[in-house]
Amino acid sequence: MPELRMRVNGKEVTVEVEPDDLLAYVLRDKLELIGTKIGCGEGECGACTVLVDGQSVTSCIYPALKAQGRDVTTIEGLRRNEELHVIQQAFIDCAASQCGYCTPGMIMSAKALLDANPNPSREEIEAGISGNLCRCTGYYQIVEAIHLAAQRLAERGEEGSHGS
Amino acid sequence: MLAERRGRARIIAGGTDLVLQSQQGKIQATTLVDITRIPGLDFIEEREGYIYLGAQVTHAQIAASPLIRAKGDVLAMACGSVGGPQIRNMGTLVGNVVNALPAADGAVALFALDAETEVASLSARRWLPIAEVYQNVGVCVVDPSAEMITALRFPALQPRHKGAFQRLAPRRSLALPILNTAVVVGVQEGRFTEARIAIGPVAPTPFRAKEAEDVLIGQCVGGAVIKRAAELAAAAAQPRDSVLRGSKEYRKALVEVLVRRALAEAAGLWPRTSGGK
Repeated sequence: MPELRMRVNGKEVTVEVEPDDLLAYVLRDKLELIGTKIGCGEGECGACTVLVDGQSVTSCIYPALKAQGRDVTTIEGLRRNEELHVIQQAFIDCAASQCGYCTPGMIMSAKALLDANPNPSREEIEAGISGNLCRCTGYYQIVEAIHLAAQRLAERGEEGSHGS
Repeated sequence: MLAERRGRARIIAGGTDLVLQSQQGKIQATTLVDITRIPGLDFIEEREGYIYLGAQVTHAQIAASPLIRAKGDVLAMACGSVGGPQIRNMGTLVGNVVNALPAADGAVALFALDAETEVASLSARRWLPIAEVYQNVGVCVVDPSAEMITALRFPALQPRHKGAFQRLAPRRSLALPILNTAVVVGVQEGRFTEARIAIGPVAPTPFRAKEAEDVLIGQCVGGAVIKRAAELAAAAAQPRDSVLRGSKEYRKALVEVLVRRALAEAAGLWPRTSGGK
């Protein structure tokens, strides 16, 4: 089996994969990073969103070997020690999660958005999560949470500590 | 590698369509050759009046490109409406052309831009007009087990040109279009001097409404002639009844609405809506 070497959440990993393995399954089944969810399995719902070299992708249709040598960030990679990431905390504070299945993907899309655009408008937030479906919340609290996270990251930045 | 495994290997770029086709057992190939790390295929540049795009360029890169926004805005708008952000980060425009679906937003814009494709085989490279690349629904003239499209190009739009893209879909994102249209018009001294109207999916390949284009040329910019062109476009379009996309009567009526809006927007008679994303 081919060997896949990549960085996952900052750590070098080497894992044997089948040539047609998809990244979401490698993350979940071989690396036990089960925070990444598989919803539709067709790249339509966004639940499996992870970042590859900082770009959001739907990992359920992303061939694992394409990640060779790349930097993969999953929901597990956001927490620093015991402290949740600002976006995660904002989702809790805004009750932006109901069943929770879309939440990891939603938060990864929010991370990609805020990394590229730290001060998004409401329309830009909506566009940023337009590749993620949520069947529970009606999206309102999710947009609020991302807005709150952007505000908190900006406040932190002003205090001179690290943003993300 | 394609030559070594003749017929059993094919090219993969973003894989957003190919992975699904492969899972459904629709792909004969046993080897996939990933072209996304070959150096020198990621360019978006202007040379001698043409805009060139390499085979690795994604929908997201096109939607965000200042050069495309300035000199091929209709393509930036179209690529920005494909799928969602993740799909646009993965999927390439060239891959979209090779898949040859008549609904593809980017492809419809390429038809309105009179684009050409550079096809490389083992022995030669040739430029083909975009319309010659599309043969039927999902059938591209390029055989991805023996050839590849290495680049696209289209004449850079000039200040006299204006483009617009209109799309109707069940949702604003992650939904295939019921209909889409891309138009490019040239206006000089208040008259239409050029007009290109592309519509999808109303035929097996993206469709150019030539009669509608012709009726505009030489006419003063105004609502009446735009309405006439939109009617001709609707008359020429042959949408099918579709469970997914609605009845042919409904979709024919919509062709007129979308073409009218797109032309009015390009001519400055309608507020710009198509650059929203």
